[in-house]
Amino acid sequence: MGLKNWVEAPAAAVVPATRSKLNWLRGAAARLTTPLLPDDYLHLANPLWSARELRGQIVEVRAETADSATIVIKPGWGFNFDYVPGQYIGIGLHVDGRWHWRSYSLTSPPNWDDKLISIAVKAMPEGLLSSHLVNGVPSGTIVRLATPTGNFALPDPPPERILFLTAGSGITPVMSMLRTMNRRGQLPDVFHVHSAPTDADVMFADELNRLHDEHADFRCKIQLTRSEGKFALSSLDEVCPDWRERQTWACGPLPMLDEIETLWRDENIEDNLHLERFAVSRADTSGQGGTVTFAKTEKTLSIDGATTLLEAGEKAGVLMPFGCRMGICQTCVVPILSGHAVDLRSGKQHAEGDRVQTCISAAAGDCTLDA
Amino acid sequence: MAITDIKEFAHLTAADIESLGRELDGIRLEVEDSRGIRDARYIRRTIRAQRLLELGGRLALFGSKYRPAWLIGTAMLSVSKIVENMELGHNVMHGQWDWMNDPEIHSVSWEWDQTGPSEHWKRAHNYSHHTFTNIVGMDEDVGFGILRMTRDEPWRPINLLQPIANVILAATFEWGIALHDLASARELEGADRRQLNSQANKDFARKVFRQVGKDFVLFPALTGPAWKSTLLANATANLTRNLWAYVVIFCGHFPDGAEKFTVEEYENETRHEWYLRQMLGSANFNSGRVMGFMSGNLSYQIEHHLFPDLPSNRYPQIAVKVRALCEKYDLPYTTGSLAKQYLLALRTIHKLALPDRFLRATADDAPETSSERKFRDAGAAVVETLRTDPVTGERRGLLWALRARAEAKIASRRRR
Repeated sequence: MGLKNWVEAPAAAVVPATRSKLNWLRGAAARLTTPLLPDDYLHLANPLWSARELRGQIVEVRAETADSATIVIKPGWGFNFDYVPGQYIGIGLHVDGRWHWRSYSLTSPPNWDDKLISIAVKAMPEGLLSSHLVNGVPSGTIVRLATPTGNFALPDPPPERILFLTAGSGITPVMSMLRTMNRRGQLPDVFHVHSAPTDADVMFADELNRLHDEHADFRCKIQLTRSEGKFALSSLDEVCPDWRERQTWACGPLPMLDEIETLWRDENIEDNLHLERFAVSRADTSGQGGTVTFAKTEKTLSIDGATTLLEAGEKAGVLMPFGCRMGICQTCVVPILSGHAVDLRSGKQHAEGDRVQTCISAAAGDCTLDA
Repeated sequence: MAITDIKEFAHLTAADIESLGRELDGIRLEVEDSRGIRDARYIRRTIRAQRLLELGGRLALFGSKYRPAWLIGTAMLSVSKIVENMELGHNVMHGQWDWMNDPEIHSVSWEWDQTGPSEHWKRAHNYSHHTFTNIVGMDEDVGFGILRMTRDEPWRPINLLQPIANVILAATFEWGIALHDLASARELEGADRRQLNSQANKDFARKVFRQVGKDFVLFPALTGPAWKSTLLANATANLTRNLWAYVVIFCGHFPDGAEKFTVEEYENETRHEWYLRQMLGSANFNSGRVMGFMSGNLSYQIEHHLFPDLPSNRYPQIAVKVRALCEKYDLPYTTGSLAKQYLLALRTIHKLALPDRFLRATADDAPETSSERKFRDAGAAVVETLRTDPVTGERRGLLWALRARAEAKIASRRRR
């Protein structure tokens, strides 16, 4: 190992390899601040000065409708603005002493100019985090961020003819696509069907109207479901006769997406279809257990609601960290990558992004562990 | 021989132990449900204070050629290291703050300012020590493999050096812990001690290199002409931290009344008897807010051993309830001043340096270890009176029995 590598080593995990000089400095500083990193001291001065993980600061909360809002975030060090419109980010918020993680679509076009990103959040009646974001989060709040990801994305350059089918907050990733194309001045032939219960529930209504007025090629049909009923896919032939030739992006409630998927498959044009299913998965509280997937070894096992995740791993032949087997020593703690687990002692639920003690936790529905 | 039947020793029935266990479960749930913003603020403030103290101390030491700066810098660095070790490192790695779901304050990722890697320590401490607490032969923390802390262990000639070993252990406590944890990490890996490239050895070497490099090479070098006084300051801060950590640990585990147990006891143990073993095996010392904070709230060792993963700032409040339970079930709640608890531990260290023939008490009835046999040996009739009051027919618990035994002993000694 060369001297350069040696000096950089302590900071290697937290800084992208492309910024070599910075790495060198950070690595050298980390020798002095061991066992902490320089960031641990820097963010005492400014919480955004941390490349140890992505962070951001909420700079504006702008109401969209009565129960939805756009949250504008200024990301801290290390955020890559080079995302693709349509992708989502993970956001961690501190509520009542605890960090909660959720994923939201980015509504901002990728840009380097003002170094801001935005997401749009619709408050769900039982959603702790979404309600907090829409109704209570003050500007200036520090949030944790995860790198933008997702396959529901607009290619560059965009296809010549596009069909967007959205409903409710399903419009958010599409908004990012529309804004990007508009900003680049390359808005092609777009037909957009968006459904919402009433006029007041239409997110980004003004912006859609403006786009409609400014671009002859952008046609937007708003379907108000409470008065007009659900948008019938059979009417596509009438309102958008060439829908079969269009690249289609659809995002909304699961039944709607299932219906769309079936139709596109029947028409044999499923290659044109891009779906985003972002209904939040819920914990299965029936106590029936579920299928546990061990991501590193790609092994799976179905277990009942009384079998611990540790036992499941051992049964599946996964090398699991273990300890006291009674929930006191924290030796067996493993992160949940997706799904839910339940603490068998207290009945508390753990979701994606939490780390669980596998010896006293069971599956609450299907879940994937980072083990 | 140490306790083989905790139920008999504690003067409790199976039903008593069940209900005591349920009450303790209740305390845990209550605390778990009420963890929130105030607790989170507490740990974040502690972290911020510790980091500022360390920064301040390091900066002050740039002027360490001047005596006042040396004193201030050394004091700040010492306090910072103590807080980092006790209230932060020890408690975070117990998972006390895992509920916050904060990747930076989590048992999985925390590394501490001590010689041994935290991974090694977690295995030896959280798992071995907290699961097999005070079981002679299973819990390596009973005497740390160096000191004979109970007469359940046979005397060896090397024990004569115990008073010296004790002083060395106190001064180099972090190294004692690190080597102790390294041994258990090697064992887990299945690596021979001479196998230099084992993972355990490599992790150990890397951590030692960083720690020693920082305190004894890099920072002294940075202060240039003041390197000698900075080096001395860093060594002093480490020494102070070592001595304090040693005193706190010894006061939590080795004063009289912190009982030892046998493997037999462990093999038949129920979940609720585990609680009882933790209660009877640990000892507290009296502390106010400052002392509690500086000891990482390990002045509440009994509460810590019952609930090692509940936030440390809640121990004072839990202690009130645990103490009330002890009263209700007539169990001893071993506590005293720091000085008293330490002197008791010190007495044991020096006493047990001697061969058994110089010791009067037996392993069943000695200040540092006892067993249910000490009541049994007193004869069936006496045992009965120890369990029930002959006049009222009321049941008597362990605390009463211990007092009665002690009084009887004093009386018989007077008669002689």
